[in-house]
Amino acid sequence: MDTFFQDFLYVTQELWIGFQSTLKLFALTLVLSLPLGLIICFGSMSRFKPLKWLVRTFVWIIRGTPLMLQLIIVFYGPGLLGYVSMLDRFTAALLAFVINYACYFSEIYRGGIESISKGQYEAGQVLGLTKTQVFFKIVLLQVIKRIVAPMSNEIITLVKDTSLARVIAVQEIIHSANSFRTTEAILWPMFYAGAFYLVFCGILTLLFGYIEKKLSYFRS
Amino acid sequence: MAILEVKNLVKNFGKIQVLKGIDFSMEKGEVVAVIGSSGSGKTTLLRCVNFLEEADKGQILVDGECIYDGESAKKMSSSEIRKNQLNFGLVFQSFNLFPQYTAFENVTLAPKLLAKERPDYKQNKKQILEEIEENAKSLLDRVGLSDRMNNYPCQLSGGQQQRVSIARALALNPKVLFFDEPTSALDPELTGEILRVIRDLAQKDVTMVIVTHEIEFARNVADRIIFMADGVVLEDGTPEEVLDNPKNEKTRHFLQKLNEN
Repeated sequence: MDTFFQDFLYVTQELWIGFQSTLKLFALTLVLSLPLGLIICFGSMSRFKPLKWLVRTFVWIIRGTPLMLQLIIVFYGPGLLGYVSMLDRFTAALLAFVINYACYFSEIYRGGIESISKGQYEAGQVLGLTKTQVFFKIVLLQVIKRIVAPMSNEIITLVKDTSLARVIAVQEIIHSANSFRTTEAILWPMFYAGAFYLVFCGILTLLFGYIEKKLSYFRS
Repeated sequence: MAILEVKNLVKNFGKIQVLKGIDFSMEKGEVVAVIGSSGSGKTTLLRCVNFLEEADKGQILVDGECIYDGESAKKMSSSEIRKNQLNFGLVFQSFNLFPQYTAFENVTLAPKLLAKERPDYKQNKKQILEEIEENAKSLLDRVGLSDRMNNYPCQLSGGQQQRVSIARALALNPKVLFFDEPTSALDPELTGEILRVIRDLAQKDVTMVIVTHEIEFARNVADRIIFMADGVVLEDGTPEEVLDNPKNEKTRHFLQKLNEN
């Protein structure tokens, strides 16, 4: 019993180290891709056609190919093309995740923005508001309310997608758990790693539930 | 001098000419009702005058000053359009209240944002904001909603929402207030409260243009009625002239059809 407890502690420590890089990848991806997604969204809604089609093609490619493939290309691509890669494993993974998720977010934003009725813009316009004021004072909060559900879905997917970083040997939690399987021939750390995800996603679910509730005072 | 004058206004949507040269003018304090069947161009006329659509030809004058000219429209900057737009207020058929703001905030939002552009804003901030809030309270009181000020649009009936939107439009003190079928989106039993508010405004000499299907209301409240069909003004006169003794066959046909319903 004692040795099991020691094993358990040791595994917990190792998994926690792995989970920290999972969390770091998750948080940095989120912080960077949320604003980048908005910029991509504006690009894909641009009235300047060449820009619009360029951005939409880019989004199509990123959404249409596996994230795992993108990770491999970002990390190994520069080296294979004869350049010295300046990116360490974690930064390469972060770059691939940010680009990938920004593209998904941009489409959610676009859906949200386009779902706001024309009448809201027109009401703002006839009241003498500038376009910027209409966006920030009238449209934005309504968009946020509408995209909370699809966003929470995507963000929870991101938590688990971080495990893909393992293909370029980023030492995240699955990587740690798997090393117990290969070296010690024990499986339960894998389930334990699953519990980490489960708890973290549970916390996020509660958080999104709270935001939804906060925004439930109006209907649009 | 006419407070509003529209000269030869033309609007095309693709190949379809929706407005075929509209002319009309109105004096300060006058109430004009615009009637006509769907597709006659009355809403488009309203939208062109309020800069929600860009007319292809023609002129719009306020107090004799040209604020829109189809010839030079392309050169107008968005801040010029904004400035000119503020001559008018518009009440929409579907209210278009801002759902995340209370009735009170809906009325104060635009005046507060506009006040920031005043040169004396920083100095007299407190006083300016107080004035705006006082004004909003009295406007909401005027439309009978002083006890509903802190409600969100989703907590109000359609008629109450439309009354808030009237107060919201009045808050900017427009020279002319336009209504785009203000009762069409409402249940029949709620139209009365809107019509009462409009009648009250008419008695207080608010200059208004009302696009409506409520013929009896138009007769009652309007000084003048304009009948439009197929993008042209066919009749322009007092309610008695237009409704009781229409000159045009199309007007007679339109009124007859309304009576059958």
